[in-house]
Amino acid sequence: MKSRIKIMGATALLSVVLTGTVIAQVGKPFIHDPSTIMECNGKYYTFGTGGGGLISEDGWTWNSGAVRPGGGAAPDAIKIGDRYLVVYGSTGGGLGGGHDGRINTMWNKTLDPKSPDFKFSEPIVVASSENMEDCDAIDPGLLLDPTDGRLWLSYGTYFGFIRLVELDPKTGKRVEGNKAINIAIDCEATDLMYRDGWYYLLGTHGTCCDGANSTYNIVVGRSRKVTGPYLDNMGRDMLEGGGKMVVAAGGRVTGPGHFGRLIIGDGVEKMSCHYEADLDQSGRSVLAIRPLLWKNGWPVAGDNFKEGTYEIESERRGYALELVVDFTRMAGGMRGFGRNTDEPVKPVPSQELADVIKTWPTGNIGIRIGDYMFRPHQKWTITAVPDAGGYPGGPYYKIVIAGTDRALAATAEAEVISVPSFTGAPEQLWRIDQLTDGTYRIMPKIVPNSKEKLALVSSGDSTPTLAKFDMNSDNSKWNFKAH
Amino acid sequence: MKHKTLLLAVNFVILGGLGLQGYSATPKGKMSSTAKSDTTRSISPYFTPATALKKTPDSKGFIRRWSLLEPISKPNRGNTVFVDSYIRTAFATEYFPNQFTIVPKDGEKVKVGEQELTWHALESTNYNVKLFRFAYGLRKQYYGVIFWAVTVVNSPQEMKNVRMAVGSNSASMWWLNGKEAVILSGDRRMVVDDCVSPRLTLNKGKNVIRGAVINGPGMSDFCVRFLNEKGEPIKNLTISYE
Repeated sequence: MKSRIKIMGATALLSVVLTGTVIAQVGKPFIHDPSTIMECNGKYYTFGTGGGGLISEDGWTWNSGAVRPGGGAAPDAIKIGDRYLVVYGSTGGGLGGGHDGRINTMWNKTLDPKSPDFKFSEPIVVASSENMEDCDAIDPGLLLDPTDGRLWLSYGTYFGFIRLVELDPKTGKRVEGNKAINIAIDCEATDLMYRDGWYYLLGTHGTCCDGANSTYNIVVGRSRKVTGPYLDNMGRDMLEGGGKMVVAAGGRVTGPGHFGRLIIGDGVEKMSCHYEADLDQSGRSVLAIRPLLWKNGWPVAGDNFKEGTYEIESERRGYALELVVDFTRMAGGMRGFGRNTDEPVKPVPSQELADVIKTWPTGNIGIRIGDYMFRPHQKWTITAVPDAGGYPGGPYYKIVIAGTDRALAATAEAEVISVPSFTGAPEQLWRIDQLTDGTYRIMPKIVPNSKEKLALVSSGDSTPTLAKFDMNSDNSKWNFKAH
Repeated sequence: MKHKTLLLAVNFVILGGLGLQGYSATPKGKMSSTAKSDTTRSISPYFTPATALKKTPDSKGFIRRWSLLEPISKPNRGNTVFVDSYIRTAFATEYFPNQFTIVPKDGEKVKVGEQELTWHALESTNYNVKLFRFAYGLRKQYYGVIFWAVTVVNSPQEMKNVRMAVGSNSASMWWLNGKEAVILSGDRRMVVDDCVSPRLTLNKGKNVIRGAVINGPGMSDFCVRFLNEKGEPIKNLTISYE
């Protein structure tokens, strides 16, 4: 956290849907230093600097309303058992003096401020800094080590070292006799995570709190031990300023900072952060949720789905999702061998929708997967559906044949078809999540007459269906290719 | 955290487990260390007086023996002003006589405006030279300042195609034998090998390294080493301060 951000009551800017754009969270997602997103009784919560935070019903539309007492800066949160542990710096740190810092933990059974069980325990100081020592005790991040159940806290800013201490996961207090360890310099707003035998230290580098000019970015190092050393991809210790980029500015947003990891399910991970400035939202600091990808053992931010017209390619064999219609041959066959090579070269026009649509049935049309030939029955235009809700990192989309309103839909038999017109029915709404390996999961919002959460999968090379998502099978994975 | 925010009236506990020394890297490159409180106002945990004893770069090639000039006041409320043109102007400005040629003696004084500043020949206990601790420990101005640093590297033979690799907090500029070697502009943090020079030649015998580091608020420091063509640190040098 760097500066105190007022959650302001301005009217939300509902993102204008344009082809090829990435849409930020909607609602009033204005926050600085968001804590790791917590799910509690079906709602999502994140806390920010200055107190309070955001609530979302679906992970897509965010508004103020979360309650965190204590003010101060840059909280984090973790669920341990059936309770939530919230940690925050009760001071603000800062270079104008006042490096005396204190980090506090407190418990709550629920994060829903309307619940009768909503009551924070008294805050407990678990780490501190004083005077001009080489540390600012603010910007805490929590990790519950899945290998042994130990609870770790990293904290600190550019002022000296990032430090690591151990907490008692039962009490939220500092483990008695525990001594802080220096694990990094040159960053702030750190967080820790564990995956496949590696501990990862995420830090925010660059310049904070300067709006569109903020150079904040998130870097990472990793270690086989939670206590370090945390090395980057060049083998450089984070105590030497090392760090591999996870996410930097892009599009029209600057200054990603304050990493948090949200595991949705097997193969579906998200990262939260704030952007220092969203130029489409008055340059304000906003919550961001992006896919979290893993490449060669390193985390990297994926890209939220961009609206556009695509081939939808099955990862299984590389065939493309298409309508079950006659393959219409294009004019011109193969030129014979031995022809005059000096003949003028001229382009051959692509097959267009108008060339073929009259041959298509007008009612429902089945869906299959076939060789991609960039034909009209294989090109899908995908756009967000306003007011249809969403999920962490995205809105629901409609998927229609380019140039038409013919929409991909789930059936009560757990199959997929296309319907002549998009009606907005929930079985015509699709959730698109980028997976940790960079491919995508595609899921209908509902399967009619079913409570099962099913995904679009390849049951054969050429046959799609709806079935349970399996991260270990390429049947469940898709790619969007813009040609 | 760059901005001061509200100090809240929450009771706090000074944790008992914290000792009283600064962090220091060991020569073997093991860097993780138990954090220790370092609230005493002294340069001693960070520097020792330079001696005439033979001194080589450390195990990673970092040069730890430097003459440091007490900070020149150059007030800046933030560090985002350190664009290339700003720091070129700031470092081209002559603050004291022979600024670009002096190889100072320990204790030598210079006059910068109303400031009388002293050169200190020191050896850093860390791979990075902690200028903030230098200024703070000497009870000098530590924010909104320019530091000048000079050292002499003795090479056993001419070495071509070497690079000077520098990290600094914040912006800085470095010269080898009077020629500009590398510039680090912007609101920077000290990162090992952040910026490296074009290919340079170290002369046989003495080579003078000169650097200037500018900072507004923040913990100023720098680290310097030479890399060979393979990017490996050069360690067969000796370092003197005069």
